[in-house]
Amino acid sequence: MLRVCRPEVHQCETGWVPVYADAQQTLALMSIGFLLEHPDEAVVWRGPKKTALIGQFVSDVAWGELDVLLVDTPPGTSDEHLAVLENLRKHRVDGAVLVTTPQAVSTGDVRREITFCKKTGVRILGLVENMSGFVCPHCSECSNIFSKGGGEELAKLTESEFLGSVPLDPLLTRSLEEGTDFLQAFPESATFSAINAIATTLLSRLQDD
Amino acid sequence: MADIPVDAPQHCPGTTSDQAGKTSACQGCPNQNICSSGAAKAPDPAIDEIKVKLATVKHKILVLSGKGGVGKSTFSAHLAHALARDETKEVALLDVDICGPSIPKIMGLEGEQVHQSGSGWSPVYVEDNLAVMSIGFLLSSPDDAVIWRGPKKNGMIKQFLRDVDWSELDFLIVDTPPGTSDEHLSIVQYLGGAGIDGAVIITTPQEVSLQDVRKEIGFCQKVKLPIIGVVENMSGFVCPRCKNTSQIFPPTTGGAERMCEELNLPLLGKVPLDPRIGRSCDEGKSFLSEVPDSSAAVAYGSIVQKIKDYCTSHTTSGEKSE
Ligand SMILES: Nc1ncnc2c1ncn2[C@@H]1O[C@H](COP(=O)(O)OP(=O)(O)OP(=O)(O)O)[C@@H](O)[C@H]1O
Ligand SMILES: [Mg+2]
Ligand SMILES: [Zn+2]
Ligand SMILES: [Zn+2]
Repeated sequence: MLRVCRPEVHQCETGWVPVYADAQQTLALMSIGFLLEHPDEAVVWRGPKKTALIGQFVSDVAWGELDVLLVDTPPGTSDEHLAVLENLRKHRVDGAVLVTTPQAVSTGDVRREITFCKKTGVRILGLVENMSGFVCPHCSECSNIFSKGGGEELAKLTESEFLGSVPLDPLLTRSLEEGTDFLQAFPESATFSAINAIATTLLSRLQDD
Repeated sequence: MADIPVDAPQHCPGTTSDQAGKTSACQGCPNQNICSSGAAKAPDPAIDEIKVKLATVKHKILVLSGKGGVGKSTFSAHLAHALARDETKEVALLDVDICGPSIPKIMGLEGEQVHQSGSGWSPVYVEDNLAVMSIGFLLSSPDDAVIWRGPKKNGMIKQFLRDVDWSELDFLIVDTPPGTSDEHLSIVQYLGGAGIDGAVIITTPQEVSLQDVRKEIGFCQKVKLPIIGVVENMSGFVCPRCKNTSQIFPPTTGGAERMCEELNLPLLGKVPLDPRIGRSCDEGKSFLSEVPDSSAAVAYGSIVQKIKDYCTSHTTSGEKSE
């Protein structure tokens, strides 16, 4: 999604060197995708092996000085989530951003995730509603393909902060497919301003403490 | 070698070998202790128990995907509804998404509980011939999180197969979480002895999703699970006002169609994006009876027919290999 195609991860004295998405090296990435010989290769691992790799991603990658470390996770409340928390605990975790789509089938999963955060003592920084409303490029009619408002409702119900909603935008999907920088290509779009506003709120939350 | 687990370290000597747990390759393998104790030499007795228990289940179908949120549970639920339309058929839907059980909601069964009977847990019935089992029925509230690592999830899946009173079934449909990990290995391991007809793989049209589907297909090949075919879901959206189609998840690399050609797999069909599908799921109703004449319902119908044809035209791997 970030336009780095199959680079090799190098080893240096301080560990694995992350892959950089930009020439200025302000955005460092690490993913198991970089460690596979073939992009279609299935990683058929049970929990303990996944847990071990996540430990290495935290301790064996030469991250250098960072302002923010963002961790993208699979759905659920299992091995990966527990492993990330265990490994990051000693470095202090600022909190979690929960992402949902508007419909009840999806907010149902996020309710369980909220319980997970409470039980494991992770602060919830806020909730984002994604794929919220699709504006037809032909006639501008807005269709709520995945319903509407579920994220905000859930935020109220659980007394979490609602960070905002991001529309369902085919231009964003296309950017991710092509690995082009959506934020640079469509700075005028409503999707961009939604994401930008959420990022700004989040950053100010992080600076608050 | 059949006794090398697919998640084994490189150069694993095999769990039934005399060297099991003792070679240098075993260093750091989570199974090293079990292997060196010799306990792994005996296959889990549950596999045979399940084989006996499910001898009265004619067809077993897994629903898989690479990415999350592409519509596995929605498809599983509607496949179950569609098959159960034939009142002479007994259908069951098993949800092995232990941490994200959405089947109770989609089937309109939220808040239901399983009952214990003499012959095991009894599933929850939507109709006389449509039984459902999910960990959701064992939780006390929709906010309950199941914070379990792999081994506990595996134990639960074993129980769902061995300790549920499934009785006679024509079809057992299994909805899975996304990916290729504990749940998938366990369901294949425990159900494998009883024989699985095959897997239906769900994807959305864009490459980001197809890339993960190729991994899922690799998984099926590794564990020798036949693939019934691929369903492309969320394939185009027709604007209700101007009737133009938008490719919300654009098939930039040719979608499931091209992937199926390349990998020589059957494409079972394409289901368009339709807001009424999501609404039906939220309300726990069958989209097929809510909006039977929609193009999505027609697409479901033809996909289900192909799956039925597949099931009648072949014997399951268990029947064959015995
Ligand atoms: N063709 C479709 N059109 C519109 N909405 C759909 C369609 N297919 C699925 N959905 C909706 O998309 C959401 C995700 O679907 P679903 O829960 O079935 O995905 P899943 O693959 O089972 O997700 P998970 O990986 O979390 O288990 C649901 O709200 C569902 O109702
Ligand atoms: Mg699901
Ligand atoms: Zn339109
Ligand atoms: Zn071993």
